[in-house]
Amino acid sequence: MIAIVDYHAGNLVSVQLALSYLGVPSVITRDPEVVAKADRVIFPGVGAAGAAMRHLAELHLAEPLRQALADRKPFLGICLGTQVIFAHSAEDGGVDCLRILPGDVRRFQSADPLCKIPEMGWNTVEIRRRHPLLEGIEDATEFYFVHSYYPVPADDALIIGTTGYAGVQFASVVGRDNLVAVQFHPERSGRYGLQLLRNFAEWEGVC
Amino acid sequence: MLKKRIIPCLDIRNRKVTKGVKFQNNVDLGDPVEMAVAYSDGGADELVFYDITASAERRRIDIEMVREIGKVIHIPFAVGGGLRTLEDMYDVLDAGAEKVSVNSLAVEDPNIIGEMSRALGRQNVVLGMDPVRTDDPACPSGYEITTRGFREHTGMDALEWAKRAEELGAGEIVVNSVDADGTREGFELTLTGLIATGVGIPVVASGGAGTPRHLIDVFQQAHADAAIVASMVHMGHYTIAEIKAELSAAGVPVREKW
Repeated sequence: MIAIVDYHAGNLVSVQLALSYLGVPSVITRDPEVVAKADRVIFPGVGAAGAAMRHLAELHLAEPLRQALADRKPFLGICLGTQVIFAHSAEDGGVDCLRILPGDVRRFQSADPLCKIPEMGWNTVEIRRRHPLLEGIEDATEFYFVHSYYPVPADDALIIGTTGYAGVQFASVVGRDNLVAVQFHPERSGRYGLQLLRNFAEWEGVC
Repeated sequence: MLKKRIIPCLDIRNRKVTKGVKFQNNVDLGDPVEMAVAYSDGGADELVFYDITASAERRRIDIEMVREIGKVIHIPFAVGGGLRTLEDMYDVLDAGAEKVSVNSLAVEDPNIIGEMSRALGRQNVVLGMDPVRTDDPACPSGYEITTRGFREHTGMDALEWAKRAEELGAGEIVVNSVDADGTREGFELTLTGLIATGVGIPVVASGGAGTPRHLIDVFQQAHADAAIVASMVHMGHYTIAEIKAELSAAGVPVREKW
């Protein structure tokens, strides 16, 4: 069973709909015990980092997330979930985050008024190193993004794939050990997004 | 590089996809769920569904249909028509939609845009607008907002409304030209360019798409972030793949793997 962690960070049903389509059992939960019992964890989310960190604290979910990682369970961050895995986000005037990965989260800055923020739409992921999550996915495949902030890992070895927007080539897929996290929405990214989720459902958390 | 999105628009009447010209003489084209799957498999980047009679018939949107679509396609889709309360909008997102679209409702009560933005997340809030050309000096941009399927004139300037909607919390604006709608003679480039360069959020051009050239023009000349297509794909004149091949050849970045 995959636990999709619900911490009042946006609508998670599309993640579950994609998994159901693949025949993969999942549960949307905010119960720390359900997270503790799950085989795999998806940590999704859209919205703002400040509210997300507050809700994680109120729901006592930060510890079960850390425990799932320590227990070597395959763990997938999506969008805001990916951002709050890092140490700090510039959003909401600056927010200390989970500090699971070293690095911070910055806002796109664009001098070009036609370069809209948020980035909304399909953009390519340039694969820097192969990873089981990207099995069957070619370099420069497009995924669906909606975000104004992007992660900047402190350690380049964490970077699995990158994407270019607003003058930066940012880390759109990061990971180490049993943790992998993407800035885009695989649940909205058509066939290749489903492929990535299927890969995750079959992944043993080793890379 | 971020790709320009091509978005088939499916107008729904009595659970059938329908198409008219300027909201008249509608003909039924097919089943919305089947067409959604075909477009998704065929390379559409996003879909939009408008329940075009829900509002007039004073009934809620067909949520069961949205649920069926949400189960079978895994690209973003927006839903509009007949959404009057935040609860209706929650239901639509909960059925698997990515975005909700409001139009006349926001003109009647602009504060709903802010309420939606706070409750649903800005990126999920689409403002649709139906501007028509005017020489009324009250509308300095030269375009006036209409509502209720082009039937009512509001005296509101289109560019001012777009800027206000952005301030209030809209995440994206669909600019549907009344003058171009259903003509298949090309997008209203002046109008689209005015809005696309006037706001900081993504702008979707709508109304008038008839050939791939029209999409090339609206992306290259009017700076649209996305474009809506309807008749030209619904009637089988072009496939999404054919449109994208022509866009790509003209140097417009489009999604190539699906």
